[in-house]
Amino acid sequence: MSKWKKIVSMPLFLPIFCMLLVMATNIVYDVASGNFALNFFTIEIRNGVLYGRLIDILNQGSAIAILAVGMTLVVSSSAGTDISVGSVMSLSASMCCMLLAGYGVASAVELQIPLIVGFLAGILMGCLCGMFNGFLVAYLNIQPMVATLILYSAARAIGLLLCNNLIVYIRDPAYKVLGGYVGFLPTPILVAAICVAVMMLLLKKTALGLYIQSVGINKKASRIAGLNSRKIIFLCYVVCGLCAGLAGIVESSRIYSADSNNIGLNYELDAILAVALGGNSLGGGKFNLAGSIIGAYTIQAITTTLYALRVSSNEAPVYKAIIVIIIVAVQAQPLKDFFNKKAAQRALAKGRR
Amino acid sequence: MEKNVILTMRGISMSFPGVKALDGVDFTLRRGEIHALMGENGAGKSTLIKCLTGINDFEAGEIHVEGIDGPVVNHSTLDAQKKGISTVYQEVNLCPNLSVAENLFIGREPMTPFHTIDKKKINREAARIMKELDINIDVTENLENFSLAIQQMIAIARAVDMECKVLILDEPTSSLDDNEVEKLFVLMNKLKAQGVGIVFVTHFLEQVYAVCDRITVLRNGQLVGEYPVEELPRVKLVAAMMGKDFDDLASIKGEESQDLSQAPLYIEAKGLSHKGTIKPFDFTIRKGEVVGLTGLLGSGRTELARVLYGADKANTGTMKVNGKEVKINAPIEAMHLGMGLLPDDRKAEGIIADLSVRENIILALQAKRGVFRLLPMSKQIEIADKYIDILQIKTASRETLIKQLSGGNQQKAILARWLATDPEFLILDEPTRGIDVGTKTEIQKLVLKLAAEGKSIIFISSEIEEMLRTCSRMIVLRDGQKVGELTEELNQNRVMKAIAGGGSNE
Repeated sequence: MSKWKKIVSMPLFLPIFCMLLVMATNIVYDVASGNFALNFFTIEIRNGVLYGRLIDILNQGSAIAILAVGMTLVVSSSAGTDISVGSVMSLSASMCCMLLAGYGVASAVELQIPLIVGFLAGILMGCLCGMFNGFLVAYLNIQPMVATLILYSAARAIGLLLCNNLIVYIRDPAYKVLGGYVGFLPTPILVAAICVAVMMLLLKKTALGLYIQSVGINKKASRIAGLNSRKIIFLCYVVCGLCAGLAGIVESSRIYSADSNNIGLNYELDAILAVALGGNSLGGGKFNLAGSIIGAYTIQAITTTLYALRVSSNEAPVYKAIIVIIIVAVQAQPLKDFFNKKAAQRALAKGRR
Repeated sequence: MEKNVILTMRGISMSFPGVKALDGVDFTLRRGEIHALMGENGAGKSTLIKCLTGINDFEAGEIHVEGIDGPVVNHSTLDAQKKGISTVYQEVNLCPNLSVAENLFIGREPMTPFHTIDKKKINREAARIMKELDINIDVTENLENFSLAIQQMIAIARAVDMECKVLILDEPTSSLDDNEVEKLFVLMNKLKAQGVGIVFVTHFLEQVYAVCDRITVLRNGQLVGEYPVEELPRVKLVAAMMGKDFDDLASIKGEESQDLSQAPLYIEAKGLSHKGTIKPFDFTIRKGEVVGLTGLLGSGRTELARVLYGADKANTGTMKVNGKEVKINAPIEAMHLGMGLLPDDRKAEGIIADLSVRENIILALQAKRGVFRLLPMSKQIEIADKYIDILQIKTASRETLIKQLSGGNQQKAILARWLATDPEFLILDEPTRGIDVGTKTEIQKLVLKLAAEGKSIIFISSEIEEMLRTCSRMIVLRDGQKVGELTEELNQNRVMKAIAGGGSNE
């Protein structure tokens, strides 16, 4: 009993538990449909690249994982969410492709500027959006939801303007570098891994983690203790914007185009969900980056599994919602209290006997 | 019973879990009188008012209101309003984006035959009400366009127009300046002449003597007494609030302090102020000196300290630290000059509740070092363990969340946070509040030890004995203003006289 309790109260219990649940579902499905039981875990090399459901999840989930890095910081420091990240992804991709192809060109074979400059410009665009959001939240004290609502609706439209309402295709194969493969490994996996590693290193080697959590828990006390609360919140939003920019470029590179209407659509919800699934309180304060990352891949695993179960993409959100309700309810305090009370009663009854 | 009594409360008792908030309190209000309800924080003033207005349920006692047979029990403020009891709070509870007239008639708007709000009638009536009270404003303008004082008066006008017999003003003057207070007093006197009974809650002694007819004093949930204002001079009022029998005060002089007049000056401030909290003041402190700030709660002692530390940015004045002119814009700048502030509100401004004791202790030092120079974990552990040991912080481990500690131990951890930064100047605002006697003595000893090491300390406490034991000099504040300094012959009588001020000062 106490051992069980110990495991349950571990910080990463929930995200790992969810991940295992999804995997178990896959196994049951495969067994039921007469496939090889461990289909889900099978990784093989086809056409010189890694292939398998697991690789699929890691690959497709990269963008959410990158977003989750920034979102975790935003949630922790400001007790709010940045709902503009999906739109900012799209804007960054548009910015990058527009610069590479030239304004008004729908399909470019030759790049107008060096590739790396295009990528950096896209990421910079994300940073700028983050600065805008951060300024509104940290310095003007606007609620995060309201502040980021502005770019949520505007960023995608600005991207369309930049692209002159076209879907801009970059036909240069070099552009696929971020969405393609390095050797046999899909590049997005690598980009997400680097992004996560850099942030983990920053949190480990600097006092950033302490600062962010401290500000997120008690802004006033942090200020008295010498922290610049506003600046820290601002910075978190900038990092979040940067992550969104990077994720946008990865997604754009994957489809070698800037499809303003579709890149990053509804990704903000998955990113926020990833943070919550990771066992992080959306009320700010303490955070666990590893949890958010596992959460991000769990969401992707759910999505991929649903598709594997032949659920149509239109119906998938319904099933996703059901799963999310269960996961979030497990975390809810009233339910926890209820179960604790039950457990206490049972213990009491046992003691009497 | 007297004929002109409009409200009597008899034997009101109520308790919160673990605390007896009110213990058999009596209160009587007469027609056309302004009655001050006085007491220190936690004395039970607000609780008594909440029992009257139906926010709290009382356990024993009876309330009688003139014109209503039998005991009255209110279940909500609305209930109370219907019986003629209205309350106006410090924060104006009206809608800033509606016009003055609309605010006056919220919830009881006159209707036209077409069931729409009769705007013309509202404006006409509102103008009449305002005129009656000698408030000359355009009632069609939005409430937010007026000063806080006017807003407060509009709130009062609304209460009065709803035919109230009893008007409760809960700290109405806290955020008003002298001029505005004056205006409010005119209005209060006008209502008094109309026969309204006014209960006036305030921390400002001056104001009590300016408008009140009668004073009821509470302490620790018990009634100390009800006095006509002429019979209770300031000093006696302070003594009644603090629970010290003024005549019997034994003078407890602290141990001999060495002469510090030759020690180098650490801070020299001239004319510092922060709008709305503290009026311009001069302040000096020498190295190794312990200076006490004394005054009633809300007198500006916390605010003075906050301005020095940059927690509230000074609007005027100059400041020299170690002889060099400085301008402090944020706490971190003060910290780099060697300062530290232990805030009085431990929960709101002290602890970071969800972080561990270790993280709470090293936070200020880490902030001082900057984000890129992370204290190595071994060093963090060393510092945390050192102070847990020195200050005897009772915690399960250094990784226990600070919110799980008792108040006194939380306080010690915050104290450790500042000691870890090795400050030259430490401001301790109510460091001993809510902690046990043993710990109190320890903290006082620590203060004296730090001073002996040449550190400068500001000590703020509501307990005068404590300050007498530690401070070599005391600065007296009243109503947001520094009103004097006591250097020699520090004893309780003198300090209390100075706090009370008025004619009996020095």
